[in-house]
Amino acid sequence: MAGISICGVSKKFTGRNDAVQALENATLEIADGEFVVLVGPSGCGKSTLLNIVAGLDVADTGQVYEGNKPVKEPGRSRSVVFQDGALFPWLTAQKNVEFGLKQMGLNRKERAERAAHYLQLVHLTKFRESFLHELSGGMRQRVAIARALAMEPEVLLMDEPFSALDAQTREDLYVSLQEVWERTRKTILFVTHNVREAVVLADKVVLMGIRPGRIQTVFPIRLARPRHAEDVDVAKVAHQISMGLKESLALTRNEEYDEGWQPEGSGLLRPADSVLGDNI
Amino acid sequence: MVFFALLIACWATISKLGVWDSTLFPSPFQVVKTFWNGIADRSLLIATGASLRRLLLGYVISLVIGVPLGVLLARQKWADETIGLLVLGLQTLPSVCWLPLALLWFGLSDTAILFVVIMGAWLTITTAIRDGVRNVPPVYLRAARTMGTKPLSLYLEVLLPAALPSLLTGAKLGWSFAWRSLMAGELLFVSIGLGHQMTMGRELGDMSQVITVMGVIIALGLLTDRLIFAPFEDQIRERWGLTAK
Ligand SMILES: Nc1ncnc2c1ncn2[C@@H]1O[C@H](COP(=O)(O)OP(=O)(O)O)[C@@H](O)[C@H]1O
Ligand SMILES: [Mg+2]
Repeated sequence: MAGISICGVSKKFTGRNDAVQALENATLEIADGEFVVLVGPSGCGKSTLLNIVAGLDVADTGQVYEGNKPVKEPGRSRSVVFQDGALFPWLTAQKNVEFGLKQMGLNRKERAERAAHYLQLVHLTKFRESFLHELSGGMRQRVAIARALAMEPEVLLMDEPFSALDAQTREDLYVSLQEVWERTRKTILFVTHNVREAVVLADKVVLMGIRPGRIQTVFPIRLARPRHAEDVDVAKVAHQISMGLKESLALTRNEEYDEGWQPEGSGLLRPADSVLGDNI
Repeated sequence: MVFFALLIACWATISKLGVWDSTLFPSPFQVVKTFWNGIADRSLLIATGASLRRLLLGYVISLVIGVPLGVLLARQKWADETIGLLVLGLQTLPSVCWLPLALLWFGLSDTAILFVVIMGAWLTITTAIRDGVRNVPPVYLRAARTMGTKPLSLYLEVLLPAALPSLLTGAKLGWSFAWRSLMAGELLFVSIGLGHQMTMGRELGDMSQVITVMGVIIALGLLTDRLIFAPFEDQIRERWGLTAK
């Protein structure tokens, strides 16, 4: 079936006057139907890795496989949900979901039915004919998820899809996403910088370190679902993981802010609850 | 409405008072009369028809050249660095400046005017489309690619609709530039048309004729704006959520 194997992937970006090693020898196995969340500080190469898996970017070395097929370009079997949804403002919610189906060559009726089905799955049936500006941020993100699911991909790739939303909306979407995943059992690679979000969603949290971006630690999460951000167990596990994150974060700060940066008590990391990113 | 009624009342009063000679400052009634005469003997209709035909033809040709070229310049660096620079340079030239060249190439003909109209419009259209397409967020294209969009659909179903607001701006600008160029061309040499009617009015000292033609030009401009561009614009504003609440 369609698990994802990321084998020794490296990627370097060459800018005008410097080069950034965004990924260095990243290796990761995602089993078929597994929900993997990649977490790490901003700039550690999460998006780069996800884009390479999507086929939107090309690795310098190494290879990504979907099942046993090497990934060379974007493909319908891997749908992407972008941070801001990347929905098309000139189309209604329904037509946005239909867009990819049209590219697949489905006829008008099939498109309409399938789009309606997936909009129903994310509880947006009433808003099918709305344009994007008529929807809230959370609703738009649900349209984006419906659009990705409607392609009926093997793999769902999500790049910080909830990070622009408020806490309450995010909590709702955690529930929706877990529900959708339980029903469809897609393989999901989800990227976030929010540790608690990672613990709520993941079967397996993968911690990425920075510069050069590489995969540091893998934490299996065995808590019962559905999970919520406020669950005590979630908070406990998140705390453990964020200890690991904090170390690599300290390294980034030192690198990005020159000297004098003190991660403790800076307000960015609250040691007890470690809801890094919740306050953004 | 009230505002315009007052304006016309003022105009009528001033011409009644006879501050200026009535041949130089005709009353509204004279202008309306000239207008009816022009309709009755069809001279005004024929002139309007001739001008509109040139305008439309020139405009359509400008769109056909300008839209694809604008998209090309936005998408291909090599084209932008060559043709793009040329377009930018030529755009600084007021379109009447093409008239001498057009007259030498095409003689005193419709083609010469058409040429001036096209030169006035396509550069503007090209530039507006280029800027519009360039500002399309790349994430739309990435999203479309992940949904297996083929290159042609990428242009027709993503890039162009995404650039629609600027496309419309380009089309409007192009239209007004086409009008201006047309009038400049028609005023300067003899060939049936609205510009020609104005020149005739001037030569015969018939001020009301000149004003009538000016009125027709304004009316046509307003009509196209209201009937053609405005509905499109409203629709786009609504979709993009730009309408004032
Ligand atoms: N297109 C690009 N050109 C140059 N540098 C880039 C590009 N994309 C990402 N980078 C750099 O690569 C690093 C990793 O970026 P990214 O994968 O976006 O991080 P994350 O998603 O974890 O925040 C960053 O230092 C970023 O500046
Ligand atoms: Mg990112």
